[in-house]
Amino acid sequence: MAVNDISPGAPDMEPSPRALLRRRVFHHAGLVIGASVLITIVLMALLAPYIAPHDPLDQVLDRRLIPPIWFDSDKATWTFPLGTDHFGRDYLSRLIWGARISLMIGVSAMLISGVIGTTIGVLAGYFGGRVDMVANFIITTRLSMPVVLVALAVVSMVGSSLTVVIWVLGLLIWDRFAVVMRSATMQVRNLDFVASAQALGCSTARIVLSEILPNVANHLIVVATIEMAHAILLEAALSFLGLGVQPPEPSWGLMISEAKGLMFFDAWLIAIPGTALFLLVLSINLLGDGLRDVTAPDGRN
Amino acid sequence: MLPYVLKRFAVAILVAITVSMITFSMIYLSGDPALALAGETATEADIENIRRVYGYDRPIVVQYLDWLYRAVQGDFGQSHYLKKPVSEVIFERLPTTMLLGFCALVFALTLSIPLGVLAAIRPNSMIDRVALTIAVVGQAMPSFWFALIMMLWLGIYWRLLPVTGTDSWANFVMPSIALGYYITPAVMRLTRAGMLEVLSTDYIRTARAKGLRPMTVLFKHALRNAIIPVVSLAAVQFGFMLGGSIVIETIFAINGLGFLAWESIQRADLPMMQAIVLVLSIFYIVLTFLADMLNAWLDPRIRVG
Repeated sequence: MAVNDISPGAPDMEPSPRALLRRRVFHHAGLVIGASVLITIVLMALLAPYIAPHDPLDQVLDRRLIPPIWFDSDKATWTFPLGTDHFGRDYLSRLIWGARISLMIGVSAMLISGVIGTTIGVLAGYFGGRVDMVANFIITTRLSMPVVLVALAVVSMVGSSLTVVIWVLGLLIWDRFAVVMRSATMQVRNLDFVASAQALGCSTARIVLSEILPNVANHLIVVATIEMAHAILLEAALSFLGLGVQPPEPSWGLMISEAKGLMFFDAWLIAIPGTALFLLVLSINLLGDGLRDVTAPDGRN
Repeated sequence: MLPYVLKRFAVAILVAITVSMITFSMIYLSGDPALALAGETATEADIENIRRVYGYDRPIVVQYLDWLYRAVQGDFGQSHYLKKPVSEVIFERLPTTMLLGFCALVFALTLSIPLGVLAAIRPNSMIDRVALTIAVVGQAMPSFWFALIMMLWLGIYWRLLPVTGTDSWANFVMPSIALGYYITPAVMRLTRAGMLEVLSTDYIRTARAKGLRPMTVLFKHALRNAIIPVVSLAAVQFGFMLGGSIVIETIFAINGLGFLAWESIQRADLPMMQAIVLVLSIFYIVLTFLADMLNAWLDPRIRVG
């Protein structure tokens, strides 16, 4: 592969496509900010056992409701930089461990829905005709059922746990994957390289996996970020309503729910987990928007 | 037009039937519904009795058809908790949720369509960036959190609006914003994209070349065409909002369908839950059907193609 050996810094040489891509990535403010924030949160989640200053579940009743460090209060202390909740649990440690729950649910639900949605979408787009009709019917049926309501009802009947929430969300939010993959596949399947693969006698599975999928991958990644953010917001809403992650787990949605009764006196109790949730979802969305811009420079819309 | 209408109608009916099957089978997710109803302390004879009274001893297909037959006539059975007919309670609560959904939609459209149009007139300008920022921030804000924050500031600190209840129009302001802002990004992006596309067409250039006033070109020629996909998106989003109102109604204690759904879930009131899911789904199906019809009527290419 002699072409790839050209050093990127060589004078009066056309920059390689990879260098061009790299330049686009680093010049896209949203992408850089989104990726940085997301990486920080991911590191926080992965290193939770090492960086969390206290046990997130440890309740000490004589240190309840210590305000965060920026409050002008005698009680504020660097031992609990973000204060403690009404059970005396360290808020910073709960926030750090909560990142794990949000990310785990976001990634797992996105993977489950991605597999379902992509399968339906690619099959519909590739085969068209009857297959497309059936796929469209399934998508329409799914869309007509209200997600939050069905998720709440199912979780309440099956019993709420992290695994249940992941599966319920994963089985519910595949619609966008299916819709986007369907139209992306339709565009790709009529291109010449697919026709030549068919002429070579490649099997359908091979064409779909090695000709179609790589060429719709950029759409796939963008939808994956959207759905990951969607799943995180839904989990927070379910936990907020008391039917998601159960106490004493430090889910951010649950933290807001637990602090709801105290928010009129100590607003920071809902402000901190809410901001964390907002930043996580914002960073994922910025990353997704950025990837879309970078992979399809004229496709901002 | 007629073949198109008939085809869409048939699909809508099929979807409705499938949704009704899914909704019906939902009660079997928890295992034996009779067991769930009877509670922990029930004897074997009690459970058997409940099974007979509620008809859970019949084959599941018979149960489904019986339920569907009654549901079509507007009879969803008795609420296990309220001991009243389910449909009566739903009709009591439905108008509140509709009103909330309508206010939220009006808020969302009055914010997003002008912003989308302005952003499209001057792409990459200041206003485009502001619109984009609103869209990005709006999509990342958890609606229940946004609702709490509004409650805190508008309701408690500044005392501008009542926090909970449904006594006056003022009670609907915060819930409508909380529910409506969530769909603004999508509507705004679609308006902007549609306007950008239409503004670059030949007939707009012609209209401008004829010397028509810029405003006439913008609103009479461009927006009319750009708004077509927005109409169907708005209908779809209205359906989503009714489903999403469960969170907002619970927070603001608004006595609508969403709050009823939450209460019913807490009380394990199965017939009520089934009915609410079915009613909201059917409502969504009707909305999308109407949106399709409106679209086909506005844009002849759809009904022919």
